[in-house]
Amino acid sequence: MLSIKNLHVSVEGKSILKGINLEVKAGEVHAIMGPNGSGKSTLVHVLAGREGYDVTAGAVTYLGKDLLALRAEERAREGIFLGFQYPVEIPGVSNIYLLKAALNAIRKHRGEEELDAIDFLARVREKLKLVEMKEDFMYRSVNEGFSGGERKRNEILQMAVLEPRLALLDETDSGLDIDALKIVANGVNALRTPERAVVLVTHYQRLLNYIVPDYVHVLVQGRIVKSGDKSLAHELERRGYGWVEAEARA
Amino acid sequence: MNGEVDTRGDYLQAIRTLEHELPGRNSWMKDLRAAAAARVEAVGFPTVRDEAWKYTNLAALMRQRFLPIASAPSFANEQLERLLPDGLDTYRLVFVNGRLRADLSSPTLGNGEVASSLAQQLRDHPGALEPHLGRVLPDAIHSFAALNTASFVDGACVRLRAGATLERPIHLIYVGVPEALVQPRTLIIAQAGSRATIVEQYVGADGDRYFTNAVTEVVLEQGASIEHYRLQQESGRGFHIGGLYVRGEAQSSFTSHAIDLGGLLVRNDLQVALNAVGAVCTLNGLYVADGRQHIDNHTCIDHAKPGCTSREFYKGVLDGRARAVFSGRVVVQPDAQRTDAEQVNNNLLLSEDAEIDTKPELEIYADDVKCSHGATVGQLDLDQLFYLRARGVDDAAARDLLTFAFANEILQRLRLAPLRATLERLLTTRLLQGRGIRELELL
Ligand SMILES: Nc1ncnc2c1ncn2[C@@H]1O[C@H](COP(=O)(O)OP(=O)(O)O)[C@@H](O)[C@H]1O
Ligand SMILES: [Mg+2]
Repeated sequence: MLSIKNLHVSVEGKSILKGINLEVKAGEVHAIMGPNGSGKSTLVHVLAGREGYDVTAGAVTYLGKDLLALRAEERAREGIFLGFQYPVEIPGVSNIYLLKAALNAIRKHRGEEELDAIDFLARVREKLKLVEMKEDFMYRSVNEGFSGGERKRNEILQMAVLEPRLALLDETDSGLDIDALKIVANGVNALRTPERAVVLVTHYQRLLNYIVPDYVHVLVQGRIVKSGDKSLAHELERRGYGWVEAEARA
Repeated sequence: MNGEVDTRGDYLQAIRTLEHELPGRNSWMKDLRAAAAARVEAVGFPTVRDEAWKYTNLAALMRQRFLPIASAPSFANEQLERLLPDGLDTYRLVFVNGRLRADLSSPTLGNGEVASSLAQQLRDHPGALEPHLGRVLPDAIHSFAALNTASFVDGACVRLRAGATLERPIHLIYVGVPEALVQPRTLIIAQAGSRATIVEQYVGADGDRYFTNAVTEVVLEQGASIEHYRLQQESGRGFHIGGLYVRGEAQSSFTSHAIDLGGLLVRNDLQVALNAVGAVCTLNGLYVADGRQHIDNHTCIDHAKPGCTSREFYKGVLDGRARAVFSGRVVVQPDAQRTDAEQVNNNLLLSEDAEIDTKPELEIYADDVKCSHGATVGQLDLDQLFYLRARGVDDAAARDLLTFAFANEILQRLRLAPLRATLERLLTTRLLQGRGIRELELL
């Protein structure tokens, strides 16, 4: 589904990603772990199409297409979803408006009918239950006045409504208490089907108790220095990142 | 001789030729006019050397030498219909060339409430007007306001009896006339405890060049409450200098919604005197400009007595080479303890050539006060833009949406729903260059 080959990215002349290789197949969940500043957010932003990054080498294909040639909105319509580490407030744009605009943009792209108001609301209500959010959130401006946990749940709600093929979740777990963490995990697990894939960026092993990944990768200073299965996450939890960094240097 | 002095002479000459048409034969009215004319003669018109006009150069206006004309070209009912907000049921007074057009207006009110021609009120009830007309205006007023006082021919007069509540809004429509100086005058007297909504709408046919020099005075007696709308939709080639002067007595409440969408060169002065304990004012404003439009809003709130509250929230969206000025002055007099004043001015610049000068001016002479102010000038937020695009909204639509949302925050404050809906539509055509808004209707 997603194939990243030798991806080099720099920002304002500063090299941040230094040769990322990653293969994600449909049905898989990949966890990307790593210390702060290692380039995790940069990677998912580049995949989602944010401007301001220079791809100096490498290639990314997604469902057989050259992903880097697509604009951010085209990637979203092709089924890529980025759950933001820091979701912004957008005063004056309601959640329900954004969801409807997003869903219809995606459906139109696929040649599907736009959902009418009744079907749309039914779908939103069902997903609201999944993330345990009240309906009045839908009529508030996007993330405005939301707590950190509410913002993260709102990301999961959007993901649940949009049903992406490839979800990139950037530290959706940080700052959450255990109940909120379970809700986020439920949302992600509900999306796990043989056709979809998830890339989970996380700082802690905690989330992986609830979402069991197929692969765990460790990103250090712009390189994936180690890959393994879920036991690698436990090892990182016990031993920290120091030893992988040391191994990488060796 | 420079153009400015010339124009002053022209205007004074024009006042003399209008003399036979000027309303009010009483000596106080004659004195009022004479004093105003003397002020124009003595002070002349402002230039960029005057602090309050530093950013607003009137040379282009002065060169035009707009003068009053006696008879206006025809203005038909169909033209009017196009201007009216859908579904807004009002008492309506229409003024063309500053003169009431009874044939286009709807019947006036009964029950002792009055909304009618100011000229007629000056003939029939001069005593009711004498304490107020020209007296809400501060003495040290600029010469445009004085010129209006010296030479207005007609306008609207609204008088509300003590305790009266008007369910229907009063809608005053002032239509500009090609190549003319038009000087609407409005006087609103709200006696104790009365309540009303008043909409002033300034319009002109697209492409017409003219100069509207308008003055409105509002008196709120104890406990009166007025919601005032000023919709400035002059022709894109029109000049507009407007003054709204308000005096609020104890426990009165004045709400202003000042929406500037039209005009080539626009200057608004809005001055509110909170004159007795517990008076409240809320001033909302939105200016949207592009091309070479210039829109200047000067506001001043005078907290004269203790325990008054003011809220001011102005927003601007500027595109093309548009320029705007916001000056928000708040004065807290020594006596005005427990003043609570808040002011915010936020601006969105959509192009590199657009420009805004924004300046709060707080003068605080009391110590027990709560005053805050904040001004921002910025472009569209890139994080917000990317967030929307990452959800599949295309770039142009995302920009439109964010721009609309920014401006719409002011429109959300309008209580008259039909007016709000009409302005939202206007705003989308202005901001989105006529692009479809089907999806925006969900907002
Ligand atoms: N827009 C930017 N401009 C300059 N440096 C950046 C920018 N974005 C990220 N960086 C730098 O790139 C590195 C990786 O950041 P990031 O991808 O946010 O790491 P992580 O998500 O793993 O904590 C950091 O050193 C950070 O300071
Ligand atoms: Mg990060």
